Amino acid sequence: MDTESTHSGYSYHSSRSGRSNRHGDRSRERHKASSSKDSSRSERSVVINPPDTPSQESPEDEAQDDNWGETTTAVTGTSELSISQEEVVGLGKEMHDRTQGFRRYLPLAVGSCVGLLVLVTPLAFLLLPVMMWPDRLQACGAACEGLFLSIAFKLLILLMAMWALFLKPGRASLPRVCVYRAFLTTLTLLLTMSYWLFYGVRILDAQDEDYHGIVQFAVSLVDSQLFVHYLAVVLLELRHLQPCYSVCVIRSTDGETRHYNIGQLSVQKAALSILEYYYRDFPLHNPALLSASKHRAAKHLAGLKVYNVDAPGNTAGAQPGNGNQSRAMVTAAAKRKDSAHNELYYEEADYERRVRKRRARLVVAVEEAFTHVRRMKKEDERATPSDIMDVREAALAIFPSMARALQKYLRTTRRQHCHSMESIQKHLAFCLVNNMSPKAFLEAYLAPGPTLQYGPERWMADQWTLVSEASVTGGVKEGSEFLLKCLDFSLAVTIKGIPYIRLTEEFIDPKSHKFILLLQSETSV
Amino acid sequence: MSSFIPGQPLTAVVQRIQIQKLRQGDNLILGFSIGGGIDQDPGQNPFSDDKTDKGIYVTRITPRGPADEAGLKMGDKLMQVNGWDMTMVTHDQARKRLTKKNEDVVRLLVTRRSLEEAVKHSMGSYPRQ
Repeated sequence: MDTESTHSGYSYHSSRSGRSNRHGDRSRERHKASSSKDSSRSERSVVINPPDTPSQESPEDEAQDDNWGETTTAVTGTSELSISQEEVVGLGKEMHDRTQGFRRYLPLAVGSCVGLLVLVTPLAFLLLPVMMWPDRLQACGAACEGLFLSIAFKLLILLMAMWALFLKPGRASLPRVCVYRAFLTTLTLLLTMSYWLFYGVRILDAQDEDYHGIVQFAVSLVDSQLFVHYLAVVLLELRHLQPCYSVCVIRSTDGETRHYNIGQLSVQKAALSILEYYYRDFPLHNPALLSASKHRAAKHLAGLKVYNVDAPGNTAGAQPGNGNQSRAMVTAAAKRKDSAHNELYYEEADYERRVRKRRARLVVAVEEAFTHVRRMKKEDERATPSDIMDVREAALAIFPSMARALQKYLRTTRRQHCHSMESIQKHLAFCLVNNMSPKAFLEAYLAPGPTLQYGPERWMADQWTLVSEASVTGGVKEGSEFLLKCLDFSLAVTIKGIPYIRLTEEFIDPKSHKFILLLQSETSV
Repeated sequence: MSSFIPGQPLTAVVQRIQIQKLRQGDNLILGFSIGGGIDQDPGQNPFSDDKTDKGIYVTRITPRGPADEAGLKMGDKLMQVNGWDMTMVTHDQARKRLTKKNEDVVRLLVTRRSLEEAVKHSMGSYPRQ
C-alpha cells in the first residue's frame, strides 16, 4: 500500500506529544515546505487499517502474507538508529528555556544603557570643564544660567519620553530584530559619539574658557536628542496607526475567518498584532469538534479501490485481483458514498436536537437554582446566623442543583474539558456578587468564548511559528501571505490593500426640496 | 383610444350614450363612478392605454343602474358631457358637469378601444372601397 502518498497525512493514532515544541531556532533555519514534510514523516506513526481488506477475502494467496497492511506500523523517514526530531528539539530546549528570560529583557537593557548614556552626556559636558580647569573658566552670566534651566527641563522631558516609549519589558519575543529600533539606536549612538568627538577635540584638548559656548553646545545636544526621539515616535508608533491594508485570517481546522485593518508594519509586527487579535476574537480551538470530519474522511479512504500489485503471477500492470470480491467492494464503496451525505444530514439534525434539549433543561435548572438565593436585605438581619452566607458559600450551596445539567450540556457540545468545577464555581460567585441574571451566568457556557477567557494552559502563547516566504523584517505588501503555525492548527493570513477611495461632493440647495401630491380619487355620480 | 399629443387635435371614434338620471331620495344618480382628471396621477389609471392620458374614465358601473342600461361600459373615456369637453378638466369639474341638479338627462360621447377596432373591421370588409 502506498504510504508515501497523501494518505500518509491521516493518522489515526497521532500522538499529541509528537507535535509539541517544535518551536525554536530550528524551524527558522529550514525551508517552510520541507520542514512540514519532515516533521510529519518523522513524528507520526501511520497505521492504515481499512475495515475490509481484500487480504481477508483472498485466502488463496497464502504464499504472501497479505495481512502486513494491518500489522505493520509504517514509520517513514526515520529508522531505529536515527534520532527523531522530537529528541533533537528536546536537546535544544533546555538551552532555549534559559535564554528565554534573557531575550525578554534584552531590549529593556539596551534601552536603559542608551538612555543612561544620553542623559549623562550633557551633564558630563557641563561638569568636566568645571572640574578640570575651574580657575581659567569665565564666569557664567544670567543668560548662561538661563540655559541651565532649559537643559534641566529638556532632560526631564527626554527622560520621561524615553521611559514612556522604550523602557518597558517587551510584550512579545519576535524572531528578528526590529529594523527601525536598530536604526534609531544606531543613530542615537552615532549622534552622541560625534558630539563626544567634537567635545574631546575642540574643548577638552584646547581647554576652552568660554563656558557660555560650552553650555550652548550641551543644549544643542539635548535638542538633537529630542528630535531623534520625535523621529522614533513617528517611526515606531504613528506609522502603524493609519490603516493601509486589510488582512484576512483563516484558521485551518475549522475555517473561522476574521478581517482586520492594519497600518504599515513589518511582517513580524503584523503577525504579532494579528495574534493579539486572535486571542481576543477567535473562539477557542476545540479539537474534539473536528473528529467527526476525520471519521468521514477515514470512511472515504476505506471505500477506495485497492489494487493488488504484488500478487504472484501478475505482471507489472496493476489489476484488480479477484474480480468478484473487488466488484463487491466497489459497489459497497459506491453505496457508502451515496449514503454519506444522508448520514451527515441526519447526524447533524440529531445533534441539533440533542443540544437543544439539553440546553432547555440547563436553562430551567439554572433559573431554578438562582431563585433559591438572594441578597440579604435589612429585614433579614434578624434571621438565624446559619442562613446568612458569604458569596462563596452561597455559590457552593446552589451549585449542585445545576451541576448535573451543566455537565451534560458541556459533554454534548464537547466542551467539558474547558471548564473545571472550580472555574464554574468561581464564575457563579462572580455573577452572584454582581447581581447578574441566570441568563448572564449561562452565556459563558453556551458559546465558546475567546481563548483568553480560559486558563493559561489553553493559550499556548509560546508555541507560535511564523512561516513566511518574504523576509519577516520587510514591510507587508499587497498580496503577501504568511502562515502562523501553532501546535494543532495554523492561521493563514492574506493581505490586501485598502482601496483608494475617490470621494466627490454634490451640493443640494435646501430650497430644492419640493413635492407634488399625487391623487387618484374616484367619485360616483 | 388614439394616442394623445398635447396641443394637437384629438381624433377618436365615439359612441353617443344618453342616460336618464334616476331619482333616489334627494339625489339624482347616474350609476357609475369616474376617475382621472388633469389634477390626478395618470399613471395609476388601469384603463388607459397611454399612461399620460389625463382624461376622465369610467371606473365602475352599478349593475342594472341607469348607466348600465344605457350601454356604458367600464373603462370608457368620456369625451363630452352635454356638449362640455371632458378631455381637459379637473376631477372636480367633471363631477360637477355630471351632477347638475337641473338636468335630468346627460348626453355623453364616450370612446373605447373596441369601437376603433370595430370600425377597422368594417372598413376592412370592403377592401375595394
